[in-house]
Amino acid sequence: MDKNNLITFKVQRYDPEHDRIPHFQEFMVPSGKCLTVLEGLLYIKENLDSSLAFRASCRMAICGSCGILINNYPNLACHTQIEEFHSDTLTVKPLPNLPIIKDLVVDLIPFFNTHKSIKPYILRQDAEEMEKPTAEYAQPPRALETLLQFTHCIKCGICISACPTSASDRLFLGPQALSQCYRYCTDNRDEGEKERFPMVDTDHGVWHCHLAGACSEACPKGVDPALAIQLLKRRLVSRAVALGKKQQPSSTVPSPAETKPKLPFPGFTVK
Amino acid sequence: MRQIQPRRNYLGAVGWLWAGNYKVERYLYILHRITGLGILFFLLLHLIMTTVFRIQGQDVWEATMAILHNPWFKIGEYLVVVAFVYHALNGLRLILQELGFLMVRPAPPIYPYRDSLRRKRPWTIAMIAVVVILALVFFYDFIAGGW
Repeated sequence: MDKNNLITFKVQRYDPEHDRIPHFQEFMVPSGKCLTVLEGLLYIKENLDSSLAFRASCRMAICGSCGILINNYPNLACHTQIEEFHSDTLTVKPLPNLPIIKDLVVDLIPFFNTHKSIKPYILRQDAEEMEKPTAEYAQPPRALETLLQFTHCIKCGICISACPTSASDRLFLGPQALSQCYRYCTDNRDEGEKERFPMVDTDHGVWHCHLAGACSEACPKGVDPALAIQLLKRRLVSRAVALGKKQQPSSTVPSPAETKPKLPFPGFTVK
Repeated sequence: MRQIQPRRNYLGAVGWLWAGNYKVERYLYILHRITGLGILFFLLLHLIMTTVFRIQGQDVWEATMAILHNPWFKIGEYLVVVAFVYHALNGLRLILQELGFLMVRPAPPIYPYRDSLRRKRPWTIAMIAVVVILALVFFYDFIAGGW
């Protein structure tokens, strides 16, 4: 680390046992090239104040633990370079719209419970096959492409903190759960629409999204939850007016592969 | 084990009104709400004027009309027209996008990520341009009408 170039980290602190309201504490952190905000926080933890609480794990934007509000914009601490702000001061706060446990650590349990409530797994009518599977359900690559984008969700909670509806409606399912609902409903192996639609077809569900687009902008993995929610609305409307094709769930027997005619095997050049 | 109650941290109405570094659609969302409330306020005012004040006789009606010829009320009328044009056109954009039109197909995310609203932003900019043009036309109309 370059000791000459110091950055001021203005970190929001809150200890539920001692503090009544959150307050800010400033730390001077040596900065350098390619240094992430998470590395700055680790520097504070190791050298300046070991009582600072934050959550981090993989340091490569895979685990979704280190979501924080950096200069009033939600992002992953491990995914954000200090240099990109071109500023000597960095304000670091916990993600809004999620309860604070301590300092930068937010309570993700209600968020995970909401995610679980939309049944994020393959639902089938044939209970016997689900209990004792005999083969895998077939999924052609084209069907996978319609949902692959939404499977990249790492459940970091950044879309919830960016969403203006989640800011005021505590019962709102949030962009994450709604996009995952679409991800499973559009899966050609799934037939759980009847179970999931009553949960999302409510005032606090899909219809409370007013398309501000903040979730898709802030998403660090390019999941585009706003797109998934609008496609879910489209699906709900098309089911209500009985329009649009309803795909049959795939069978366990793999469909015959549609391959190009095989090229003749080249003859041996060395005899 | 000690049980600590987590501190609530909802942004509330501030979360609607503060858009910070977010892009244009987030600001259009705020403007859509404000114009909606403005049009509703105008409607209430209009209904009160044309019902409660009207039935109280000619003197009251003429006194009300004299107040309404105040330039500030004329500016307010112009703002209601602009708010109506914006709310209608942005509402049309929202209806189309919420029904899946003017949105792209899901595609594997490749860095740098470009979400569907960003890809379809030219349409949003076109909508804003139409609102601005109509606002200028109506401004000319108000000026030509002699306020």
